[in-house]
This record gives sequence, structure tokens and C-alpha cells, in this order.
Amino acid sequence: MATQDHKATGARTEEQEDTPAEPPAAPASASDTAETQGVDDLLDEIDGVLESNAEEFVRGFVQKGGQ
Amino acid sequence: MAPVGPDSTGEVSVHRVMGTETEYGIIAPGLPAANPTMLSSQVVNAYAATLREGLGNLAGTRWDYTDEAPLTDARGWLVDRGSAHPSQLTDEPPVLTAEQVALAEGADPQDTAVLMNLVLNNGARLYVDHAHPEYSSPEVTNPLDAVLWDRAGDRVALAAMERIAGTPGFSPVHLYKNNTDNKGVSYGSHENYLVPRSVPFGNLAAALIPFFVSRQVLCGAGRVGIGATHQRPGFQVSQRADFFENEIGLETTVRRPIINTRDEPHAVAEKYRRLHVIIGDANLNEVSNYLKLGTTSLVLSLIERDLCPVPELAEPVHALQDISHDPSLQSTVRLADGRQVTALDLQEMYHGAAAAACAGGADAQTQDVLDRWGTLIEVLRRDPMDAAASIDWVAKLKILQAYRDRDSVGWDNHRLALVDLQYADLRPSKGIYHRLAQRGQVELLVTPAQVERAVAEPPRDTRAYFRGKCIANFPAEVVGASWDSIIFEVPSQNRLQRVQTREPLRGTAQLTERLFQESATAEDFLTRLLSGPEQRVAP
Repeated sequence: MATQDHKATGARTEEQEDTPAEPPAAPASASDTAETQGVDDLLDEIDGVLESNAEEFVRGFVQKGGQ
Repeated sequence: MAPVGPDSTGEVSVHRVMGTETEYGIIAPGLPAANPTMLSSQVVNAYAATLREGLGNLAGTRWDYTDEAPLTDARGWLVDRGSAHPSQLTDEPPVLTAEQVALAEGADPQDTAVLMNLVLNNGARLYVDHAHPEYSSPEVTNPLDAVLWDRAGDRVALAAMERIAGTPGFSPVHLYKNNTDNKGVSYGSHENYLVPRSVPFGNLAAALIPFFVSRQVLCGAGRVGIGATHQRPGFQVSQRADFFENEIGLETTVRRPIINTRDEPHAVAEKYRRLHVIIGDANLNEVSNYLKLGTTSLVLSLIERDLCPVPELAEPVHALQDISHDPSLQSTVRLADGRQVTALDLQEMYHGAAAAACAGGADAQTQDVLDRWGTLIEVLRRDPMDAAASIDWVAKLKILQAYRDRDSVGWDNHRLALVDLQYADLRPSKGIYHRLAQRGQVELLVTPAQVERAVAEPPRDTRAYFRGKCIANFPAEVVGASWDSIIFEVPSQNRLQRVQTREPLRGTAQLTERLFQESATAEDFLTRLLSGPEQRVAP
């Protein structure tokens, strides 16, 4: 997780080194980051369980009429 | 509080006799050309096989069609069989041809009878309905129990899938708790509520139409695609909305109506009607399911006492679809008096009336439904995305939106369609709802231990207890069953013994548990039931 944080913010930090630091909105950004991380994590998990070849699988899900 | 049956004298409450029916979507990815009726019968037979392992000689139970009347219209007439759509003839057992049986991999029709119907120990029915396996829950007396025995059906479906997957020579079958293949076909998830016959049907229909049109914001399952045949890309609140064309009618498979008039009470017809609700989405989320059943039962309770608002819609079918097509919940629909209201405004009218009727105090479950209903209306007004733990369509949309943001894809992306489908996959390893539940991101109302129990045990407070215990205790002698009858075949009698169970609130554990405990054999049981002093406890 820590690596992901670094990746996400690293580039901007370097660019911004010479400019006055923006006031850090610590609590908000911390929870935002946690939320983003949670979503990334969830999508990674779902990526892992999705049937392979989405197009073919979805096309193959054909039902006969029901009530 | 003791569960009460439908009457118009007690308090306004969520308690009444109710039950659910789920038609599961079914595919065998390894057999793309497989006949769906055949696959569905595999599900029934696979579950029967798991039961035989556990309980010895359990045989499939024939369904007793004697009292089925799917063509009786609540508005007061009977449809001619010749003019009915073939799928409406639900009182005829489905017939598998020899050819279809032969399609079953590894099954030898010579030595294996193909079961199309099972009545389970928990009082439920598992059977082949059209081209889908269907689980019809036992009758319960409150929405929380309805959620529990509905979830038990998902567990039954999972056990059948696992059995098939583990059987050499069979191709795995997947079951989905959803309502459309997104290619023009929809299948149902029905609710049933017992209502006193004395309530005029017109009153029910008038008050329920605006309620059903708007309740999807609380219990829709969400769908990728707009239009019955997915004509346009997009996301909508309900799985079912685009498949409805009429306000009131008898059909369930064609020209679907918001209010279904099938008048087949499966009970004493002079006293009760069974309101057969066909408009709901199949819910994975337990809170969605609980509120779907709980708010509907409350609204029925209001109607029975003439306390229900009737915000007549100018165009109900259009309103149903307009609401479904706007996940922001901001769009308005027109009332007959010209006012423009949102779905949440409509729900607030019904919630307000129920809250007012219960202001003097309500039982715990009724209060819980009222509180959750009111809170969710507020949450949805503020930001629908905050309701992801409680509402299926919101949870689904949140995931889809995250995919769209991460991968920069439009609503026509195939992976989004796959997420929609797999949300409803009943396998814990593959189903996205189940993954969310494992991560603690959805609210649960029943425990796994309760669900396991509900798979094996009937509710104790309805006639389902009698049915379930007859099946469990006398598997060899019970040769047929239905909602309102049990048929015994015992050696000493030449004729079959048919026990009617037409009072849904009789045949309970309180009335019959001792009789079951004290009867050593089916013969003994029948003798006591039909001629002995226990006669009065018979349902």
C-alpha cells in the first residue's frame, strides 16, 4: 500500500519542490487516500475474480423467458 | 410480539404471512448449447442428491396441482385456457422429452428418474419453472424471516452448483440471482403477501401502483443497459423496470403489469387473497430485501385500514422507467393532479403515513423497518452513494463508477456488463456481492448459522412447519405436496390420503410439534391427525 501512495504522489512532489508548499489538508487527504486505496484494492480483487474474456462471457449469457 | 395474520383490526405492522420466489439465471459455460430446462433439472436433481446423502431415502416429492388456478383473475373472471399464453399454464407439470433427458451428460434415463420438483425439509419448493430453477420460500410471518428463508434458497442453489461441479462427467452450472440476460429476456423474483379478501382489489391496485413505481430506489438491484433489449448504453436503478408494459393484468411473462391479478390464494379463498407481486428485483443485499418486503407489508397494512395515500400517477409505466433511468434520483414524474414529484417524494408520502399510523407505538420489527426506511430516504436525498452498504443498485453503481474512473471506459464497455452479471453470481468466490460481504462492506441482517438452520428447518409459526416436518419425518410416505396439501401413501390404505392445509397460520409448531414427536410412524400420525383428538390441530 505504501508503495502505491508513493507512486501516486511522487511525481507531483518533485515538480512542486520549489514552489511554496500548499497548506496540507492532512485529515481530509489522509481519509481520501484511505478511501482511494480501498477502492483500488477492491477493484484489484474484482479484477481477480472476473471471468476471462468479458465480451464472450457476457454474450454467452443467454436466458430463455421467465416470469 | 406474536406474529399476526392479515386482519384489519390489529395495529399497523409489517407482520403478515408472506413468502418469496426466485427464478435463478442459469448457464453452463462449458455447454453453450445446453437446454436450460435440462440444466435446471440438473440443479433440482443435484440438490436431491445432497439430501439423499444426508438423510437416507429422501425421494422427490410430486407437486400436487389440484388447487392451482393461475388463470383466475382477481378482478373477478377466469381466463379461457385456449386464449392464455402457454407460459401462464403453471398448473401443468413441465414435461421433459426423452431427447432432452438424453442431453444430460452422464445421466442414464433408464435408471435415473429425472426430478422436476422437490419439497424441502424447510417447507420450500425447489423446482423447474419454464427454463429456470426456482426456489419458492416457505411461508413466514415477517420480513426478517422472509429475508432469512430467501437467503436459505441461495444456499440451496449454491449447494446444487457445488454438487454438479463435483460430479464427474458434468459441466459446471452457474446460477445468478438477477432478473435479465440483458438481451431482451427477464425472469422473476416474486413476493407474495396474504391479504384479507374483504379489501377491494381496486383499492389495493390504486395505492400500490405509485408505491411499486417508486420503491425501486430502496430495493432496485441496478442494471447496465437501457431498454428491454439493451438498446442504449447506461446504468439504471432497476433490473425489471424496462420489461413492464401495463398497469394491471394477469400475465407474468408477456405484457407484464405493475399489478398482477393472479388470484390463486393457496388458502381459504373466501377469507384470503394472495397478492402476487411480480415487479421486484431479486436482491442480494439483505437490507434491500428486508425493506422491499417490510415496506410493502406496511403499505398493505395501511391500505387495509384506509390509511394509505393514493398519489395517482399520470403515466405509471413511463414513471417506472423514468425513475429507473435516473440514478441521481432528481428526475420528477407527473401526478394525475399535475404535481411533479420525485421517487423519494413518493416514498416519503408512504413513509409519513406509516409513521403517523404507528406514532402511538409499534412492535420492534415494524419500528425497525420504519426507522431504516426513513433514514434511507434522507441518505438518498443527500447523496445516493452513501447508501452502498444497504442498497444493491448503489453498491453496484459505486463499483462500476470506480471502474469507469480508473479505466476511462464508457457504459458500453464489456467489463462493466460483466461486473453487472457477476454481482449476482451466487458463488462466494466469484460473486461480487459476496466479495463485498466478505470485506465487510455490506450490512448483514442474518448470520451464516441462521441460514444453515433455515436450509434444514421450516419456520415454526406457519403451515410450512407442518409441510416441512411431514417431508422430513415421513419421506417414504409423503408422495405429493403443495402449498395447501400433503398427500400420504400408507400401506394400510388403498387410497392416497390428502391432508389439506388451507389455513396458513395453522399447522404451526405450537399446534403440531407434539403430534410429530409422539407419532412413531406415518400411519400412526395420520390416524391421530384425521380421527383422533388432535383433529383440530390439522391445518
